[in-house]
Amino acid sequence: MSLLDKHKVIERRSFLLLGLTIVVILIGGLVEIVPLFRSETVIEPVEGVRPYTPLELAGQNIYIRENCVVCHSQQIRPLRDEVVRYGHYSLAAESMYDHPFLWGSKRTGPDLARVGGKYSDEWHVGHLIEPRDLVPESIMPSYGFLMKKGARLHDLDKHLKTLRLIGVPYTDEMIENAVKDATVQAVGEERGDIDGLVARYGERVNARDFDGQPDLVSEMDALIAYLQVLGTFVDFKAAKNVEEGAQ
Amino acid sequence: MTDNKKDSDKKIDEFSGVETTGHDWDGIEELNNPMPRWWLWIFYITIIWSIGFWVVYPAWPTISGNTKGMFGYTQAKALKKSQEEITARQKIYLDRFEKASFEEILKDDELYAFAMAGGKAFFKDNCATCHGTGADGAKGYPNLNDDDWLWGGTLPAIYETIKYGARSDHDDTRIGDMPAFGVDEMLEPEEIESVADYVLSLSGSNEHKVDVTKGQVIFAEQCAMCHGEDARGSYDFGAPNLADKIWLYGGSSEDVIESIYNGRAGTMPAWEGRLDENTIRELSIYLHQLGGGQ
Repeated sequence: MSLLDKHKVIERRSFLLLGLTIVVILIGGLVEIVPLFRSETVIEPVEGVRPYTPLELAGQNIYIRENCVVCHSQQIRPLRDEVVRYGHYSLAAESMYDHPFLWGSKRTGPDLARVGGKYSDEWHVGHLIEPRDLVPESIMPSYGFLMKKGARLHDLDKHLKTLRLIGVPYTDEMIENAVKDATVQAVGEERGDIDGLVARYGERVNARDFDGQPDLVSEMDALIAYLQVLGTFVDFKAAKNVEEGAQ
Repeated sequence: MTDNKKDSDKKIDEFSGVETTGHDWDGIEELNNPMPRWWLWIFYITIIWSIGFWVVYPAWPTISGNTKGMFGYTQAKALKKSQEEITARQKIYLDRFEKASFEEILKDDELYAFAMAGGKAFFKDNCATCHGTGADGAKGYPNLNDDDWLWGGTLPAIYETIKYGARSDHDDTRIGDMPAFGVDEMLEPEEIESVADYVLSLSGSNEHKVDVTKGQVIFAEQCAMCHGEDARGSYDFGAPNLADKIWLYGGSSEDVIESIYNGRAGTMPAWEGRLDENTIRELSIYLHQLGGGQ
């Protein structure tokens, strides 16, 4: 009697089949889920990673809506050529507040994991309006319409609240001030009171008029605020010890 | 269990002589050919092989992390090793490059070639996005091939601009402010037009033969402080030379008026921290030789 014939015994008893199917799925589930309870053992203990500000979050939503992830990855792999081109390889800690992850798997355009601070706001505006003005060989679509539409800010507090449910450490104060913080960040120091924003999100938060339209918090403002913060949380000069620790 | 068959009940297909599965769909039966032996063996071998992987490489999650594998392999370590390899290969130049001054590098053919090769590659990765693949710039992003410089075209000046940026968030950034004469109501619209006419006449594009004396007076009062009495600019403030035909934001009358009305403040990010010291020096040398180095 071959092994296959023994299998017939299971196939012909539906309750036995059901029971054994459940057992197999449980094992698979345990293998996938249990390690997540100990995820802190694989997330590097680096300093500086903070939750996104409400405006950056609004920008991330646009990034998701326009499906930027199809052409741009956000993960620098630990390979020599990538590290030379894009900077320090991405750490798990750097995307621990990303919901969903926007790592991507295809690079039609360049990786964006460390694009924050690499180009000026002006460049981003010009490039998003018409990429070929600045990079003649680019095949990226134009996103000029982002200039015209106000960013969706009114329900950001709910957004923060939802993210807190799944583990992003937003405080009550952050949630309460979400809409205000988003507006202030896109207005900047000169015309707005950024003290609260800085107190909640730290000294290094970028607060300025990103798109050159001082009277509108546009989708462009939000998206550029998001792009300009990508990969800038961790100070790698101070994080040398992390690399030692990873070995 | 009525359809439980004994071995003696095996149905054999008459045509091929192979046992069938016993199922019958409207007279069509399925042959029960066994898997080819070679296939089965390869399958079993891959299973055994995977056990080897568990032992050699990091594999299973544990309470305190994961199994480390026999050789403690991590991608970070592998990267470090491959980077050490390339640094070792560059070492013969890099050691000397690090210690040499710009003058010494320019005199040493080997170091110069090394700097140029590195500078060229890093330019494409980091600078070409704004300044263009051929370094010929775009509106608002200076052409680096000509000898018209905003912050100076000597090697130390180029080095400083790359390292600290212009109007960047670095503490040592280069700073210069072109006021928005129109927006901030420092000049009347007619006055702005007069200044624009005067500025354009300096590079010989006074098509309309307008009288520029009025503009000249306003220029001396408002603009000369940064752009100089002769309008040849100043590296201290990043004030461009207005007496030549090179225009960062366009040289038409409308462009110049727009610049005066709204002001201009192009930004160059600081590259310190993003690029290492040697790379910035390589880039400086590369840019210096592009044609306009002073």
